[in-house]
Amino acid sequence: MKMFKLRFFVSTAFAAVALLSIEVMAVDAANGKAGYVKHGCWQCHGFVGQGGIAGPKLAPEPMPLAAMNVFLRNTKGAMPPYMEAVLSNDDLADIHAYLLSIPKAADYKSIPLLNLP
Amino acid sequence: MDHKKSNTKVDRRQFLTGVIAASAATAANTIAPVSAADAPAPRAPSALPPSAKGAAAETGTPRDLARESARVKGIPGSDFMVDVIKSLGIKYLPSNCASSFRAIHESLINYGGNTMPEYLTCMHEESAVAMAHGYFKISGKPLLTLCHGTVGLQHAAMAVYNAWCDRVPVIVVGGNDLDAAYRPPGVPTFHSAQDINAIVRDYTKWDDTPVSLQHFSQSFVRAYKIAMTPPYGPVAISLDAGLQQEPMRDHGAKPYIPRYVPTAPPQGDTGAVKEAARLLAQAQNPVIAVDRAARTAAGVGLLVQLAELLQAKVIDMGGRMNFPKTHYLSSPPTAVNGADVIIGMELSDFWAVVNSFTDNGEHGGIGANGTRIKPDTKLISISSIDLNTKANYQDFQRFQVVDVPMAADAEATLPALIEAVKAAIPNDRKSAIAARGEAAKKTYAENKARTRQAAALAWDASPISTARLVMETYGQIKDLDWSLVASEGNVSNWPNRLWPMEKYHHWLGRSGGYGVGYGAPASVGAALANRDLGRFSVSIQSDGDLMYAPGVLWTAAKHKIPLLAVMHNNRGYHQEVMHIQRLSNFRNRVPNLGGDMGPVGTSIERPDIEYHKLAESMGWWAKGPIKDPAQLGPALKEAIAVVKSGQPALLNVWTQPR
Repeated sequence: MKMFKLRFFVSTAFAAVALLSIEVMAVDAANGKAGYVKHGCWQCHGFVGQGGIAGPKLAPEPMPLAAMNVFLRNTKGAMPPYMEAVLSNDDLADIHAYLLSIPKAADYKSIPLLNLP
Repeated sequence: MDHKKSNTKVDRRQFLTGVIAASAATAANTIAPVSAADAPAPRAPSALPPSAKGAAAETGTPRDLARESARVKGIPGSDFMVDVIKSLGIKYLPSNCASSFRAIHESLINYGGNTMPEYLTCMHEESAVAMAHGYFKISGKPLLTLCHGTVGLQHAAMAVYNAWCDRVPVIVVGGNDLDAAYRPPGVPTFHSAQDINAIVRDYTKWDDTPVSLQHFSQSFVRAYKIAMTPPYGPVAISLDAGLQQEPMRDHGAKPYIPRYVPTAPPQGDTGAVKEAARLLAQAQNPVIAVDRAARTAAGVGLLVQLAELLQAKVIDMGGRMNFPKTHYLSSPPTAVNGADVIIGMELSDFWAVVNSFTDNGEHGGIGANGTRIKPDTKLISISSIDLNTKANYQDFQRFQVVDVPMAADAEATLPALIEAVKAAIPNDRKSAIAARGEAAKKTYAENKARTRQAAALAWDASPISTARLVMETYGQIKDLDWSLVASEGNVSNWPNRLWPMEKYHHWLGRSGGYGVGYGAPASVGAALANRDLGRFSVSIQSDGDLMYAPGVLWTAAKHKIPLLAVMHNNRGYHQEVMHIQRLSNFRNRVPNLGGDMGPVGTSIERPDIEYHKLAESMGWWAKGPIKDPAQLGPALKEAIAVVKSGQPALLNVWTQPR
């Protein structure tokens, strides 16, 4: 268990340093939308990141890109990992831009069907 | 469906046999009244007389012809079988016709008048059994189905397995030409076997092969009785074609029909019930987890009594509508986390209630296990599954150590448990118990608001979000006496999370064995039962599920079974879409999509199936594809008007994946 924790810490630290440059890269939300579909993110999280029984919501207000990168490369939970060979940092940044572009949902209190007894 | 028909050779043989038998019978009838004294003198032989064996071969009636002749003259055995079936008040008989039960089929519709049971024409044995499955979950009454010996029962097998796992009684009768020396050659031989029940023996409670009519009447009533004794389950009877066709024979006494007397379900041991009550009454945070605990509407009321007595949170795993979703003690599965006593009732998987499994590719690919409860949590189980296990199929899941296990029926045990808990609660615990209830009310309100806000996400998206699909539907049926007859949870469980499910018929649970293809036929069967009770039936119909045996749509139209099927058409076998993506990720590979959205072999697109046209072609009112959420409400209004007029209606709705 200790070995695992150390390995996770090291890889997390490396990933975080690497992502300092990603934060300032030019990103393309349109490319990100295509990448979101191509890489299968929609399968568990829905086409607009709304989440559901198979995966939590990603949008609106996704986690910061750096944190998302670290999570994707190191996840040991229900989410399968996406390594850089499969999903590049550039593509991930675009996907993150797409998630950022998704508008906030209306308050459920303003939707009559969600206020039925 | 050629496999059901006899080939040309066999038909010709049977035709000729019939002609010869009829001629022989006519000749016999003509000759019989003539006495030996009046008979003319025999002519002198023009050749040597034949041997006795030769004479018998040439002039005697072959055994099979005698059978045919006797069948025509006597009372068919299958007529008596119909009397037996009628004695049990079985209302419907969904079945795909086949030659191995032609005799009883003929007796049912002619001698029996096609009533009690009424024959429902099905296009697949799997559909017939699943219809019986859905019908029972509404009516509480089992149906009979007739299957062709080998191939028909093989078709039925998956649906029988679902019924087994879901603890649902179905009486499966398979026609079989047992007598190999006399069965017609050719196709009927392919469709017969020494022991057809072996096909389903691993997942039926009991089976038999009656060899006489008296044996049949005892077997049939016994099968009904066993199927209807909790834990419920399917049963099978192999019905010999010869026994159906032969006339009744008097073996010294006419066959009788045993009277059916229901067996009382097994209750928990008194000592174990008391110990369970003591643990629950003393607990700081007791939790009740239920799956198929309520067999009837009365079971729901009993669970409410127990929960309120203890102010204990209730986790409904969804095998049935066990506990009202509108009750403040209704809780999510995470409620086990802080429990010190958990009572599980009719849980199909106690292990998974108190443990977690993460399919993360770790440990050589088998994933990771973890506990979800405190180490000293006491576990109590009331489950009739312990009384009904088989070696080959492991639907009882992983082994879970339980402190107080009871092999008993939960609903039957609840009255005694409630009384024992009342007696066990000390006076000084009552205020703490009441405070627990107040805390639960607050948690319930918070969870409800969170769930509704989650449903608001992607509200206007196209394809339509599953939450929108579900709530647009509910908005149109809320004032009716509705019954959600199928939804496989592939819509993120939104109906269970958002609809005010309170009555037993509001939710029927799922397939049991997760054999895909259950949804459409079980919905039709449940809708049939609801039709007779004046209720409105709605299903959330998955695309992949419908395509296993879409012929059941025709059966619904044919027999005027009103059902609103709202399709969750996500254009894929989505569970498998995610599985292949997951495995690709574990192996650091990009899945091959082959031009589709999901990995090769998992998508149902290009071409997109026009389910509305499919349904229309089988006599349904249908509309689609609906991709714009704004169009869904008006389409639902139209469809509901059709269903209220007594016809089935389908909306093909393009949806988000989950």
